Amino acid sequence: MKICVTSQGKDLNSEIDSRFGRCSYFIFYDTDTMEYEVVENPWKEASGGAGIQAAQLVVSKGVKYVITGKLGPNAENVVTAAGISVINKSGKISEILKEIKKSL
Amino acid sequence: MIISVASGKGGTGKTTVALAFALSIENSQIIDCDVEEPNIHLFLKPEIKKEIPVTAVIPEVQKEKCSFCGYCSQICAYNALSVIKIDNSGDVLLFPHLCHGCEGCIVLCPERAMTRGEREIGKVKIGYSDGFEFIEGRLNISEVLAPKVIEKAKSYVKPEKISIIDAPPGTSCPTVAAIRGSDFCVLVTEPTPFGLHDLELAYEVTKTLNVRAGVIINKSDEDSLIEAFCRERGIPILLKIPFSRKIAKAYSMGIPLVKEISEYKEDFRRILEKIK
Repeated sequence: MKICVTSQGKDLNSEIDSRFGRCSYFIFYDTDTMEYEVVENPWKEASGGAGIQAAQLVVSKGVKYVITGKLGPNAENVVTAAGISVINKSGKISEILKEIKKSL
Repeated sequence: MIISVASGKGGTGKTTVALAFALSIENSQIIDCDVEEPNIHLFLKPEIKKEIPVTAVIPEVQKEKCSFCGYCSQICAYNALSVIKIDNSGDVLLFPHLCHGCEGCIVLCPERAMTRGEREIGKVKIGYSDGFEFIEGRLNISEVLAPKVIEKAKSYVKPEKISIIDAPPGTSCPTVAAIRGSDFCVLVTEPTPFGLHDLELAYEVTKTLNVRAGVIINKSDEDSLIEAFCRERGIPILLKIPFSRKIAKAYSMGIPLVKEISEYKEDFRRILEKIK
């Protein structure tokens, strides 16, 4: 199963980025293979609609969960339409992933 | 003849001046183009005779034709469209408040699955007060396409009249939309460094739009900053309105300047002759 985490840095030792559409990086983590892909957010500086584009990227990656600080209403519409669940978290990504894997 | 009243800085007295003009001269109409916060109606209390909706184009998706290729979302400069593909189906989500109505998605959709729809973004109101015509553009809350509403309001300019346009503050698209096409632009300023700074910017706008300009100094007191600037650029100073408690108090009670101090009518008639 794939999970998307918004991240301040390029690896799992980074902190979760509290913003969704304007986060620094998206980390797409596969809970089965424990591998992950890092995508730099091209919409970080967008003048508007960053959340919408970011949400569309997340949907296209086929994730089931998004872990982030706060999702804006536009982005929420998009991810909800695609049946993705949002988990609001803060802290170190590797630790959050451990915690999440236990509960899923 | 169209005279627009503008200023870079907000709160310098555009509405005071625009109203004073309209109420002093014969055969005038006033057009409130400060569509994000129109306030002239507070002074004139006009009887509204007509309300015209202002609309913008939005795309409407015919889902049965859509292949969810996502091209519309890629090309949208305002990120107003989101396409979700799930297995062989999907969804196209439009965020109308981000859409600028450029129609790019409608024209370029590979499946021709988009048609032109409309949505209301504001209103133009037309009314009368003491026999002269009042026109107001009003942008709906949370909308951004102010220039569209301004242009619609300006479409009611009557060439045989002297049209006074109250422009929004600033120097961006709405201000440009309001000033463009005027025969003359009155720049209202105040004698402070802020007033001067934004007057310079607003003057540049009038130059770029090729509209003649003159300055009215409101809250006039120690004016050397503004006077030096106007002298250097060759901009006429049309009038000085002193910093007075009496004027401020009348304004706060919704009384136009020339109704409180009727001597100003002569000044504004004189300015009109000078502009002509």
